[in-house]
Amino acid sequence: MNPQSCVNIQKEWDIVGARQLGRDIARKIGFGTVDQARIATAISELARNIYLYAETGQICFEVIDNMDHKGISMVAIDNGPGIDDVSKVMEDGYSTSGGLGAGLPGVKRLMDDFDLQSEAGKGTRIKAVKWVR
Amino acid sequence: MDDMIKVDAANYKDLMKHYIETQDEQSLYGVEQVSKTFIKNNILPEEIVNLHIQALAELYPNMLEDFQHSMDFLLEAMIAYGMAHQEYQTLREKQNELKSEISVAASMQKTLLGTTKPTIEGLDIGVISVPAHQMNGDYHHFVKGKDGSLGIAVADVIGKGIPAALCMSMIKYAMDSYPEESMTPKAILKNLNRVVERNVDPSMFITMFYAQYLPTENLLQYSSAGHEPGYYYNASADSFTEIESKGLVLGVSPATEYNQYELKVDKGDMIILLTDGVTECRDGERFIESEEILDVIKQYSHLPSQEMVTQVYKHFEKLQEFELRDDFTLLILKREV
Repeated sequence: MNPQSCVNIQKEWDIVGARQLGRDIARKIGFGTVDQARIATAISELARNIYLYAETGQICFEVIDNMDHKGISMVAIDNGPGIDDVSKVMEDGYSTSGGLGAGLPGVKRLMDDFDLQSEAGKGTRIKAVKWVR
Repeated sequence: MDDMIKVDAANYKDLMKHYIETQDEQSLYGVEQVSKTFIKNNILPEEIVNLHIQALAELYPNMLEDFQHSMDFLLEAMIAYGMAHQEYQTLREKQNELKSEISVAASMQKTLLGTTKPTIEGLDIGVISVPAHQMNGDYHHFVKGKDGSLGIAVADVIGKGIPAALCMSMIKYAMDSYPEESMTPKAILKNLNRVVERNVDPSMFITMFYAQYLPTENLLQYSSAGHEPGYYYNASADSFTEIESKGLVLGVSPATEYNQYELKVDKGDMIILLTDGVTECRDGERFIESEEILDVIKQYSHLPSQEMVTQVYKHFEKLQEFELRDDFTLLILKREV
């Protein structure tokens, strides 16, 4: 069984908690400093999205340990307003980032795998995975 | 590529070591070169900071722990820069794609709207049309009738760039469908006005000057749809006068009628047609006066028409520091002596 741990996101302080937990897991798995920092940044982005747009939600981490693959998986789930036009929020320069490279396209770049499911009015589920190189 | 990075990483460490020992300029020049290969290979700032941290750790195994933490802190601070850098990279690629797409469209437009300057005995014709951006919102067209007459259209879409260019293609095809012989300038404008009014967005207007030159009578018949007035050079009086022409811009009202005027063209006389890209040239912040255009034309009037328009264009291109604000079209007809 893979250990799984979750952080509830309700206040801004929870973003820090999620970063901390994610970074600890990443370090244990064997990610280098640069990748640890990238994973923490991706967590920040996902957690901020929950905090700003959905108000409450959860980020869960999971260690993936296959035969030849080790990595971290994070899943951000909320029951917020959802995303109407997914391809638009995945476009560079869109949303609140305004050329800061942040937002969901930023998360996609920081991580190796990225998946987004969203339904307007129901909520959003984003899964991102990074592999140890 | 990973091998490349390793080579550069080793290089970076050696250069840094050398620099710490000597503080010489050569090492700094060296790191400048390394930095350029980093950029070429898309190495992100956080990776460079990491490289620095590793190099330090190798050179100073007993480095102060506090200092080490401060470097990790710097690495974290670089992550957002790295993200922004990647975003710019992607946007730059997209921009290049768009640019090449537009340049394909521009060359297609050139083919679509192409017109050949006809040869008419006793008439020297010069024309230049240069877009401010890639696509031209100005248009000129020659039609040589079977009776030897010459139809000349000069048009300008209010606005520039791609929408203007698309609009012009429509005008050209509308004009191509007219029977050349029977149409007078005022009939052509009346007809085009209907086409534009029906098919073009109400926020878009087109101005046009349409002239028909009858070589047998040395007569120019013309009508204007709100177009920038042209000039007539009277050789015997050695003077320019504005070509009088009144008429509503195309596309405003469906039932517009146009007046038609005529002008006798004597030996040595010139007809100058243009778009507002010429008259609205700017010298710094100041719009030029029409006298200035005529002065420049006069200065080159001894040349054949084509060289004349080219020289006039060069003059104003230079005046505007090689940055056109609007599409520039200048057409000169000179009745040969």
